[in-house]
Amino acid sequence: MDKALEIVDLHAWYGESHILHGLNLSVAKGEVVTLLGRNGAGRTTALRSIMGLTGLRNGSIKINGTESVGLPTYKIAHLGVGYCPEERGIFSALSTEENLMLPPMLSGTKRGMSVGEIYEMFPNLAERRSSPGTRLSGGEQQMLAVARILRTGARLLLLDEISEGLAPVIVQALARMILTLKKRGFTIVMVEQNFRFAAPLADRFYVVQHGQAIDHFTAAELEEKKPALHELLGV
Amino acid sequence: MNKKLVYGMTLGAMLLAPLAVYPVLLMKLLCFVLLACAFNLLLGFGGLLSFGHAALFGGAGYIAGYVLRDVGYPFEIGLMAGVLGAATMGLVMGALAIRRKGIYFTMVTLALAQMVYFFCLQAPFTGGEDGLQNIPRGRLFGIVDLGSDLAMYYVVLAITVAGYVAIVRIVNSPFGRVLNAIKENEPRAISLGYDVDKYKLVAFVLSAALAGLAGATKSVVLGFETLVDVHWGMSGLVVLMTLIGGVGTLTGPIVGALVILVLETRLGELGDGLASLTGIAWFQALGESVTIVTGLIFIICVLLFRRGIVGELVARLFR
Amino acid sequence: MDAIFGVPVPALLSQLLLGLVNGAFYAMLSLGLALIFGLLNVINFAHGVLYMLGAMLAWMGLSYLGLSYWAMLVIAPIVVGILGIVIERTMLRWLYRVDHMYSLLLTFGITLVVEGLFRSLYGASGQPYSAPEALAGGLDIRFMVLPMYRAWVVVVSALVCFLTWFVIERTKLGSYLRAGTENPRLVEAFGVNVPVMLTLTYAFGAGLAALAGVLAAPVVQVSPLMGSNLVITVFAVVVIGGMGSIMGSLITGLSLGIVEGMTRVFYPELSSTVVFIVMALVLLIRPAGLLGKEN
Repeated sequence: MDKALEIVDLHAWYGESHILHGLNLSVAKGEVVTLLGRNGAGRTTALRSIMGLTGLRNGSIKINGTESVGLPTYKIAHLGVGYCPEERGIFSALSTEENLMLPPMLSGTKRGMSVGEIYEMFPNLAERRSSPGTRLSGGEQQMLAVARILRTGARLLLLDEISEGLAPVIVQALARMILTLKKRGFTIVMVEQNFRFAAPLADRFYVVQHGQAIDHFTAAELEEKKPALHELLGV
Repeated sequence: MNKKLVYGMTLGAMLLAPLAVYPVLLMKLLCFVLLACAFNLLLGFGGLLSFGHAALFGGAGYIAGYVLRDVGYPFEIGLMAGVLGAATMGLVMGALAIRRKGIYFTMVTLALAQMVYFFCLQAPFTGGEDGLQNIPRGRLFGIVDLGSDLAMYYVVLAITVAGYVAIVRIVNSPFGRVLNAIKENEPRAISLGYDVDKYKLVAFVLSAALAGLAGATKSVVLGFETLVDVHWGMSGLVVLMTLIGGVGTLTGPIVGALVILVLETRLGELGDGLASLTGIAWFQALGESVTIVTGLIFIICVLLFRRGIVGELVARLFR
Repeated sequence: MDAIFGVPVPALLSQLLLGLVNGAFYAMLSLGLALIFGLLNVINFAHGVLYMLGAMLAWMGLSYLGLSYWAMLVIAPIVVGILGIVIERTMLRWLYRVDHMYSLLLTFGITLVVEGLFRSLYGASGQPYSAPEALAGGLDIRFMVLPMYRAWVVVVSALVCFLTWFVIERTKLGSYLRAGTENPRLVEAFGVNVPVMLTLTYAFGAGLAALAGVLAAPVVQVSPLMGSNLVITVFAVVVIGGMGSIMGSLITGLSLGIVEGMTRVFYPELSSTVVFIVMALVLLIRPAGLLGKEN
């Protein structure tokens, strides 16, 4: 089966801090995978590491079969990756529409969603297209953060804590969005604290602790794993 | 390495140095050593980069010169006037500059120093382009005739040692430790309740006073004061001395001042030496441009040698 | 009305125009500094020598190669822009990860090298450079004779600054720059070649400084020292107006040029320091600067 993402023995540092200690991870095309773990386990670092945003990296990260661990960040994006950071990263000096249009179309991929399709999926953003990006509500900013990488043709999406701090109604809308994207064949790797949000969406789960993947299982195995997860994560 | 032993040997060497080296040159070196140490107090231990120390150094020189030559007060009063003048300038400069953080602070010090430069250029008592000439040495406490270079040398040595000891005491005092904390992590220091701005200002004034002491002393040693000492190039030179020696080390500025001064005075010979060594004739022209060489050293130091001589030594010895 | 405050109107207007001209240079130079600082977080002390290079190249082009002012207006910024690329690629980029102080010191070192080089070649005194035929002379507009060249400088500077503002605020490229100022790593994560963007921004700033230099050549003495004193004044301009906005740089630059010009009429001794005095006052009254946000 085609692997969208394959990570083998990944070590990563922020300066002197050794955060990832040999992470192993693989995601098939079209899968939705959730990284579970306590705060500080290294899940966000794993995503940032894939994008080349950490310090030193050792090991292998293959995106659609291409080795990317030695590549600069902007080249990694062009392998077809869309990144939605934990801080959302909406630019205050840009309007909503400028924020949406900022990420360039990625080379070597087919066209992403059109602006029209995106505005259809996120009507709030169409309404507020001329407002400065940071004037949007938390939920709208999160929508914007995900929407802008849908336009670029990225097929592998890295989503970091997108449900964090949002009202339940918005969280449900996000869940529906993820299912829609999944139907369209996107590959999604999610870092999520909100277990109730993430559980019904994922095909597979990885449990990350101390910068390593200590366990992984499918959605079907989730029920029997619940007691162990409760121990580990307090969910 | 026993610190006391090293200090002792250095002091011994300095006491005997006039036997081997021209005393006026030694005195010039000592003044720059004091200036560099004063500057490093602010940068290395306070984390504040001032690009305006020339105003304090040269300004004090002008004040001391004026007081000694035109007003006619004795040597000690002249020095004190220079120090107080520099401290006052430091108070004003610091108060204004501290209102901005980071690199803005540096730009403000540069701009204010430039103002002092223009003032010195235009004010009648400084002699403008010609400089303030014929500054008398007088007598120390009315007894010791400073006209003798040897006598003057030991006085200057005493002043420099006193200044250095003062800096060491400041750095190791509770004030110094708080200052260091502010340099390492200002928000943390604020959250602990320290009035950060006040500490910075005191550090600035202390650094200014000592820089003024250096400047006032130098103007008496050489007998004149010129615009070179208040020009931004001099501010840059002080930074370079500290950088080359090692920012944040106590002895670094001493080494740095020595290196720079040797370079300045011996550049011509160095150029000739390099030319004959490498066979490249261009090196001979090197001697004519101290500015270019200074700039090159700056660039190389910043790119490859940020820890400076003493910094590198310390890092290697304690690996 | 023949005189205002005892100064004859033509003289006053003439100084006003000269003040506008200086203000135009302040605006262009502080614009370049603001761009470089915004995106690269570098205080480019070398801005002064880049300006000087523009003027020097114009003079050298004419003296050695017979190249006209108009040719040098295009060539000098390009040459200096290329130099900017070299500086950023070979030296500046190694310093992005360390304390900002070091990039200031690097550009300071570059200033010393370039200035020293030209001083050893041409001495410290200035070379004259005359304005091109088409712009020499004056235009009689009733109460004064408007020097054509000075008007030209103000017009060109205004145009350049407006164009820069337009590109930054209203185009896609500008949105990359604005976003890059806030979060360059994220912009890179979207696939934008940020390293190249940084290089080109420095080159543009350098070219802008050189353009100001060519424009300045007929107005001031073309000497190796012309950049350094100017750049320190521009630093003061930047402290006053803040580096947060382009508009801020423009307005502050022009206003201070005019203030300086007016000071030259009424208190000539203060004219070289008035900008610093204004800076001191602003620091006392509005520490954060008049317009910009502090970074």
